[in-house]
Amino acid sequence: MLEMHGISKIYRVDLIETHALRDFSLTVGDGEFVAVTGPSGSGKTTFMNVAGLLETFDTGTYKLDGENVSRLSDEARSKLRNEKIGFIFQSFNLIPDLDIFDNVDVPLRYRSLAKKDREQRIKSALEVVGLSSRMHHMPSQLSGGQQQRAAIARALAGDPRFLLADEPTGNVDSLMARQVMDLLEQINEMGTTIIMVTHDPELARRAHRNVHIVDGQISDFKPYETRENSLMKPAPAAVAAMSPA
Amino acid sequence: MFSYYLQLAFRNLRRNPGLTALMIGAVALGIAVCVMTLTMYRAISGNPIWWKNDVLYAVTMDFWDPQQPNNEDKPELPPEQLTYRDAMAVYRSDIPKHKVIMHKAVGILSVDGQQVKPERTATRVTTKDFFAIFDVPFQYGGTWTDAADFGPEPVMVISRGMNEKLFGGVNSVGRRVRWNDHEFRVVGVRDNWMPLPAFYDVNNGSLEEPEDAYIPFGWNAALEIYSAGNTNGWKPEDIKTFQDFLNSEDVWIQMWVELPDAAAHDRFKAFLDNYATQQKQGGRHSRPINNRLTKPDQWLVDNGVVGNDDRVLVGLAFAFLAVCLLNTVGLLLAKFLNNAPITGVRRALGASRRQIFMQHLVEVGVISSIGALLGLALGGLLLTGLRALYTVDPTDAGGAQALAHVDVTSVVTALGLAFFATIAAGLYPAWRIGRIPPASYLKAQ
Repeated sequence: MLEMHGISKIYRVDLIETHALRDFSLTVGDGEFVAVTGPSGSGKTTFMNVAGLLETFDTGTYKLDGENVSRLSDEARSKLRNEKIGFIFQSFNLIPDLDIFDNVDVPLRYRSLAKKDREQRIKSALEVVGLSSRMHHMPSQLSGGQQQRAAIARALAGDPRFLLADEPTGNVDSLMARQVMDLLEQINEMGTTIIMVTHDPELARRAHRNVHIVDGQISDFKPYETRENSLMKPAPAAVAAMSPA
Repeated sequence: MFSYYLQLAFRNLRRNPGLTALMIGAVALGIAVCVMTLTMYRAISGNPIWWKNDVLYAVTMDFWDPQQPNNEDKPELPPEQLTYRDAMAVYRSDIPKHKVIMHKAVGILSVDGQQVKPERTATRVTTKDFFAIFDVPFQYGGTWTDAADFGPEPVMVISRGMNEKLFGGVNSVGRRVRWNDHEFRVVGVRDNWMPLPAFYDVNNGSLEEPEDAYIPFGWNAALEIYSAGNTNGWKPEDIKTFQDFLNSEDVWIQMWVELPDAAAHDRFKAFLDNYATQQKQGGRHSRPINNRLTKPDQWLVDNGVVGNDDRVLVGLAFAFLAVCLLNTVGLLLAKFLNNAPITGVRRALGASRRQIFMQHLVEVGVISSIGALLGLALGGLLLTGLRALYTVDPTDAGGAQALAHVDVTSVVTALGLAFFATIAAGLYPAWRIGRIPPASYLKAQ
């Protein structure tokens, strides 16, 4: 599903260079649920942005669903992002002046789908997250947990091959966090690959695999025992994390 | 997608009503000033008798000072008026289809037994073809006869506005009026007519209104009527009587002819040259023969009717529009950057740079359209204010009223101007917002 080899990303501000990712290599198989952990500033978000085609990288190769995305145009990257990737953000990132229905509609709008098709997808996505009755509410009228579920519905509506979740439970209480996590597990069980950045050890443990990033590189250190480790359950696909040389 | 962009545009405009109002206001103000200035410029720079441009000619002859030209800036041009005796001599030609010699005068107009106060009235002392040659419309009656021109007969044409004042607007043909205490009979009432600029007599300002009274040319000698426009001379002459004035080298008569084809033009030009040559041979002047038949459009240029000041004014109006648009660029940038987090979300969800650019361009289009409509309305108000500055007879169509009238060309120009100018102004902000890396806003949202 996702293959990164020797990726490096350097931010330059005046004469200062910050190596956000150094010779970063990772393979995530179809249907995997990978938790990405690491201290602040370790490069987790940069990894997510590169993986989500929101940022380019300086060196290395990146194949998404078999397609080399290293030299794609913005148009092609956007299309790929729209059709294959779903995003879930810590702060939900719902558009405040659109109701939930229209928020879920946003990615579908960029896919030139017929109105009927869009409506069907939106309703079904909202049903999955249990927000059918709130589709015409504004984001401000929903609780944090509901907003995150709406954001998940938005990510699901496009039927993506994989979800990128950046601290998806960071802004909700623990009860809601568990509900969001249950939802992500359900989605994963339906076959969607999930990569989730988290600081929460409990959530990290619920993933199949944990990738720990330190200083822009994958560390051998496994701070959390994952579902796979604890239950000795095999991962659905390739799970080998390639650490940098 | 366009309808979606349109929905988003209106939603975004509502999101920042203050900023939106500022942008629309800036565009509208710039457009309004441009519309007003362009309308004024069109009014004073257009050829108001374009349909006769190929057959109508101003007649000028150069019998000026042999030592220096009439106009140092344009030494090739003869004086724009003729002497009385040259005008009378050339008028005798039967080559033109229509011909007119004329000048402006002022007289006191009154009607016996009417309550209306005697009024100082701009009057054109002219031969009868004035109305035919310039396509002047009549409400009632018509012009006088050939015989009346030099009889002269006490006949008069008055304007529609004057007819309203003196006779309440009824058909006054046959009624009597007094002009400088001489009785005249009304033979015609001129309908609304005000060519802008006043091309037929460039001595009195391009926004000058047409006269309210017209009397036969022969009355200038009979009543010793001096010109109310410019009278220019170069030769020291001992002028003691009006007859001396008529025989002098002073120029004060305007002449126009209508020559229907090239043959008539060439014949009349030859006639003028013969006349000038005879005068030269007779020892009257020693300047090179320089007779001109000038079409109205060239006449306006030669006489500087559209002055540099007017062009500068148009330039300033466009500079003002540019300042307004620059402000709009700043406001658009601020507005778009303010919404950058949302744009970041849209980018993350699959919007390409092109789609973001188009979305914002549609928003700019909406702002420009509203700004243009508002600017048009504001421009109309400003022009109405201008009309108030030029106090004219309200029944006189055209003229200052034309200043207050935003015609189709002005509307199309304004809309085109607003649309393309604002779109141009919005190109950079729309492009800029599409270039912002979406990731930088996703965490911060």
